[in-house]
Amino acid sequence: MLLRKVSQTSSLSVCGSILRNPAVLSGAPRPAAIVLAVPGGRLYASQAAQAVLDKPAAVGSDVASKVEKKAVAAESKSFAVNMFKGQIATTQVFPFPKALNDEQEQFLQELVGPVSKFFEEVNDPAKNDALEKVEDHTMEGLKEMGAFGLQVPADLGGLGLSNTQYARLVEIVGSHDLGVGITLGAHQSIGFKGILLFGNKAQKEKYLPKLATGEHIAAFCLTEPASGSDAASIKTTAVLSPCGKFYTMNGSKIWISNGGLAEIFTVFAKTPTKDPKTGEMKDKITAFIVERSFGGVSHGPPETKMGIKASNTAEVYFEDVRVPADCVLGEVGGGFKVAMNILNNGRFGMAAALAGTMKGVMSKAIDHAANRTQFGNKIHTYGAIQEKVARMTMLQYVTESMAYMISGNMDSGATDFQIEAAISKIFASEAAWTVTDESIQVMGGMGFMKGSGVERVMRDLRIFRIFEGTNDILRLFVALNGFQNAGNHLKSLQKALKNPIGNAGLLAGELTKRAKRKAGLSTGLTLQGSIHPELAQSGDLTVKAIEQFGAVIEELLVKHGKKIIDEQFVLKRVADCAIDLYAMVVVLSRASRSLSQGQASAQHEKMLCDTWCMEAHDRVMRDVQLLRSTQSKRLFNNMRSISAAVVENGGVVAPHPLGF
Amino acid sequence: MSGRVLVGVKRVIDYAVKIRVKPDNSGVVTDGVKHSMNPFCEIAVEEAVKLKEKKLIKEVVAVSCGPQQSQETIRTALAMGADRGIHVEVSGKDYETLGPLQVSKILAALAKKEDAQLIILGKQAIDDDCNQTGQMTAALLDWPQGTFASEVSMDGAQVKVVREIDGGLETIKINTPAVLTADLRLNTPRYATLPNIMKAKKKKIANVKPADLGVDLTSRLEVLRVDEPPQRQAGMKVETVEDLVEKLRDTGMV
Repeated sequence: MLLRKVSQTSSLSVCGSILRNPAVLSGAPRPAAIVLAVPGGRLYASQAAQAVLDKPAAVGSDVASKVEKKAVAAESKSFAVNMFKGQIATTQVFPFPKALNDEQEQFLQELVGPVSKFFEEVNDPAKNDALEKVEDHTMEGLKEMGAFGLQVPADLGGLGLSNTQYARLVEIVGSHDLGVGITLGAHQSIGFKGILLFGNKAQKEKYLPKLATGEHIAAFCLTEPASGSDAASIKTTAVLSPCGKFYTMNGSKIWISNGGLAEIFTVFAKTPTKDPKTGEMKDKITAFIVERSFGGVSHGPPETKMGIKASNTAEVYFEDVRVPADCVLGEVGGGFKVAMNILNNGRFGMAAALAGTMKGVMSKAIDHAANRTQFGNKIHTYGAIQEKVARMTMLQYVTESMAYMISGNMDSGATDFQIEAAISKIFASEAAWTVTDESIQVMGGMGFMKGSGVERVMRDLRIFRIFEGTNDILRLFVALNGFQNAGNHLKSLQKALKNPIGNAGLLAGELTKRAKRKAGLSTGLTLQGSIHPELAQSGDLTVKAIEQFGAVIEELLVKHGKKIIDEQFVLKRVADCAIDLYAMVVVLSRASRSLSQGQASAQHEKMLCDTWCMEAHDRVMRDVQLLRSTQSKRLFNNMRSISAAVVENGGVVAPHPLGF
Repeated sequence: MSGRVLVGVKRVIDYAVKIRVKPDNSGVVTDGVKHSMNPFCEIAVEEAVKLKEKKLIKEVVAVSCGPQQSQETIRTALAMGADRGIHVEVSGKDYETLGPLQVSKILAALAKKEDAQLIILGKQAIDDDCNQTGQMTAALLDWPQGTFASEVSMDGAQVKVVREIDGGLETIKINTPAVLTADLRLNTPRYATLPNIMKAKKKKIANVKPADLGVDLTSRLEVLRVDEPPQRQAGMKVETVEDLVEKLRDTGMV
């Protein structure tokens, strides 16, 4: 098959050129303007693609240098990256990471008690929701508690927590009050994370101490009225003064969490920069630390929202604000990368918080199911309720496993986790929504009542599928990132083909692999040795699914070439498969660990794992089949046409059944 | 006066946990169960730290008797403001039979060794509800005691204690050195803040064995059996007083 395709050199060379850009591969700096512009194509998908090509860096202050290295790692250890190539890379997923040493574990255990106690006894989520702000004494208590500087290094006044430790604490916050969670998260997870990741020594020493104590609150300012998902299109400007000592910033940002409270803002603005090669002036995004005290910074009234009402959301205006040149965060013109890195770095926190949220609502639903009697029996004895409870449990288990696997990977120094982080955000936000929705359902009318506290959580959760990268954009990101890596892999195969004799071994192997795959035989991929023997069956399902997934990715690349960027119906389904596959692997890892350690819950976790894998495998196979079928093209085209007609009509097209 | 206060803190099963009896009825299930500092001990620590903040005493030493995990309880006390800790190692069978008599002997020995001016304890522990350790400690040392304290104030070398007793409140004045036991309304314990927990890591916890203090841990008590309280039976409603008297006679209660 491979040899036959070789003769149709066009397809391979096309897929090789999909994301080919000499600058990318050589690691040279690239202009911010999208490189993937398809002739006559749209730029809307470019954000996802651009984010894909801008490899996020690890947590650390030498990020700037790392950011310029090859955007495509030769050998990525990321499971997700390799899965798109139909390969299994186990380093980051097996065994389940143990990210804390004894001292860190002990310290963390001491922190859990007081934080839980504070949220149980002092914080009043219903009050915060009704007042549409976090009560003053609660804010004070949180500041005293040290909750505003969890990851700031201890020598600058923070707690210096690792990602895993941070995750454990935000899990507690998430299970009690998401409004407070967002106030804290907007402050430290994104608000001043840029200073932690990209700040120089002077900036860190100047700003972090007061941010750690909560004396100063921080906010992340990227979104504008005309720029949401399309972040690269922002219009706020920062023009360098002739003397070169300061920038003048003008623009307005909307929907900024903590916008009305913050003293320190991480602001993204367009700065005119000179292209070093061509000498022409181009507008590129630069990240700035802006202090309210610079003057010219104002904010609008708090927005009235569906949920997370306690969190302050406001417009922020910059009018001729003088920003000193030493307030540039990272490199001039490197702002987009800074933004994507910040968001990428904080994503695991969301999964952790939502894992806690799910536990919180589930306990209410389970309590209800265990005690409510109808038709003479406790309702938990009925299949309908049992299925709901079981599904909730699995969703929570997967989310929790993802959160701690990713935080564990990050703490171990992994730099390649952007796909996994995006997957976890998508999964966690959708799982939490479903779990809360079903919890209300189990509780019946009581679930709908304010007093039970679950309807508030439902309202709070809706935004999680929207902000920090909408799930729709993140799905494109996951798929495109995967395609890029698979495409490069194919490109290297294409190179090998130019010298078939010298690469005979490699080519023979690839040929055999494809032949086996086509025949439905195993290609030798296995998880044996990585997972506990009792999970062998689920392991098999996972491997089969990965094999077919890898195959369909290749087929799609060959079929669509660089136009794959525009095939959003396809990309969405590819992403869904990727999410399911990562979820399968994550639970296999966690359940394996429990079995190996002989935990009391091991058999129960085995059941969770097996059940999840059975259904996930079927979903993946179904999607793969759809993607291969000719029917899918018709399906997608129909949807395209339906949408076009309805949009043109400004509403539904079909006349009323009654004729009027 | 040394200005040193010894505070006893006990690690107990958390108040919110549903207690379960072991299948062999030898005790309650403690493995894997959430433990925390006895609530009355928290109040005792808070009072000691308050006295230090008012500069009425100089040093707060937190003491706990028990296995390795007791150190967590001491650390909580350090996070609340205690200056250092002493962990008296007692584990295994000795720990199972450890009671007020043994603990009070240990505390008495430590008080002499540390030249303590005050010993503040919780009035009782929520697991055994003995309400004896403070009183026994005072007796062993021949020190005055101010138990069930709901208000404490220092007056030179004396302490004024307002005690909650069955009839109301009683105010007494006692000489130091003395033993005080804290009751519920003495104060509201502060939340341990995370930065304080971090600072507490640097504070010292000394390790001591009961034998080093010359204390014999042999228990005079033997637990024969532990049972759950009987299930509460459903009640009965009666219409008239006559019915009530009849029912009481029938069941042999009158």
